[in-house]
Amino acid sequence: MKQIDWSSLVINESGKAVKKFMYVNRHAPHGTIYPLEGLEVVLIGAAFDQDVSMAFIGDGVFQLNKGQDTADSGMKNVALTYGALGDYEVTKLYVEQESLDERGLELNDLMNLTWEDEEENWAEKPSIQVVSRAQLSDLLEQQDVILNF
Amino acid sequence: MAFEINGKTYETDEEGYLANLSDWNTDVAGRMATEDDCDLSENHWEVIKFLRDYYEEYQIAPAVRVLTKAIGKRLGKDKGNSKYLYELFPYGPAKQACKYAGLPKPTGCV
Amino acid sequence: MLHTVNKSPFDSHSLQTCLGLAKAGSDILLIEDAVYAAMSGTAVTSMVESAMSSSTIYALESDLRARGIGSEKMISGINLVGYDGFVELAVTNDKVQSWL
Repeated sequence: MKQIDWSSLVINESGKAVKKFMYVNRHAPHGTIYPLEGLEVVLIGAAFDQDVSMAFIGDGVFQLNKGQDTADSGMKNVALTYGALGDYEVTKLYVEQESLDERGLELNDLMNLTWEDEEENWAEKPSIQVVSRAQLSDLLEQQDVILNF
Repeated sequence: MAFEINGKTYETDEEGYLANLSDWNTDVAGRMATEDDCDLSENHWEVIKFLRDYYEEYQIAPAVRVLTKAIGKRLGKDKGNSKYLYELFPYGPAKQACKYAGLPKPTGCV
Repeated sequence: MLHTVNKSPFDSHSLQTCLGLAKAGSDILLIEDAVYAAMSGTAVTSMVESAMSSSTIYALESDLRARGIGSEKMISGINLVGYDGFVELAVTNDKVQSWL
C-alpha cells in the first residue's frame, strides 16, 4: 500500500484539506489583460480558504510600482486594487530580487501593501517580501497548484 | 433597462445595477430601495457610504465576508456580523447594498 | 522615419530590433509597455542611451503616468509627448513603422 505523508496535511475551518496555491504574475500592468485577470482570480479564489500566495517575477514586478495613475489614459486604475488583497487575507506577496535589479527598482519603489492581523489587535504587517530567485524556486517547489498570469 | 428621476434617465443592466458609476446620487439609491419595498435608515446609509468609499479606494466592491470584517473593524463589532447586515439587506448585503450604492456586482460574488 | 514601439524591452526584442535597424536621425516613440525603456538604472538603459546619440527618443506621457514612471525615474534627454505630440510626429515624418 502506498505510504501517505500526513505531516503536511492542513485542515481549514470547514474541515477541508488546505492546498497551497501560488499565483505567478509575469506581465507588466496596463499593456495586457493578464494582470487584471490574475487579480480577479485571486480575489474570487480567496473565498475558498486555501493557503494563497502571489509571486511577482519579470515584468510582473511593475504591477506593484508606486504612483500608477491611469486617469489620463482613460483606463480603470487596477493598481489600487492590490491594496485590498490584505482584506481578502492574501498576505504573502513574493517579489523576486533579480527582477527588481534588472528594472532598476528596489522595495522602496513598490506600493506599501499591508495586512492587518486580527489576532494581534489588527496590527499592520507588510505583505511584500523580496526573495531571491533561489528562494522563489524553493517556494514554487512547495506548492500544490501554480497558476500563471 | 433604465429608470427616470426628475427627468433624468439612469441606465441599468438587466439585474438593475447602475450602468455608469458616476451617475449615482442618493435619489438613485432611494429609488432602488423603494422598488424593493425597503426603507433606507441611517444604518443602511452607513453601509452604502462605506461601500462607495471602499470602491473609491480599491476600485472593487468587496466580497461579503470582506465587507463584514471591514464593517466590524470600522463601525464596531455589533455591526460586523452577517446577522446585522442581512437584516438590513435581506437580499444579501453585498448584492443589495452594492446595487443601492451604484457599484457593480461584488468581485467574488457569483 | 517614425518608429513606434509598444512592447516592454524586458519581455520582447522589439525595441532592440528597432534600434538596430533605425537609421540615424529617426524619431523613436515609446508607447504602452515600451515606456519602461525610458527608465534609468535598468538593464536596458545603456542600450537606449547609446541610441539617443543618433536618434531622438520620445515617450508618451499618459503611458508613463499610468505605470508610475515619474521624471525622477527617467533617463534625461527623453522627450515627453502627449497624444497631440504623437499625431504631430506621425504627420511630420514621411513614414511610420509600428514595431508591434
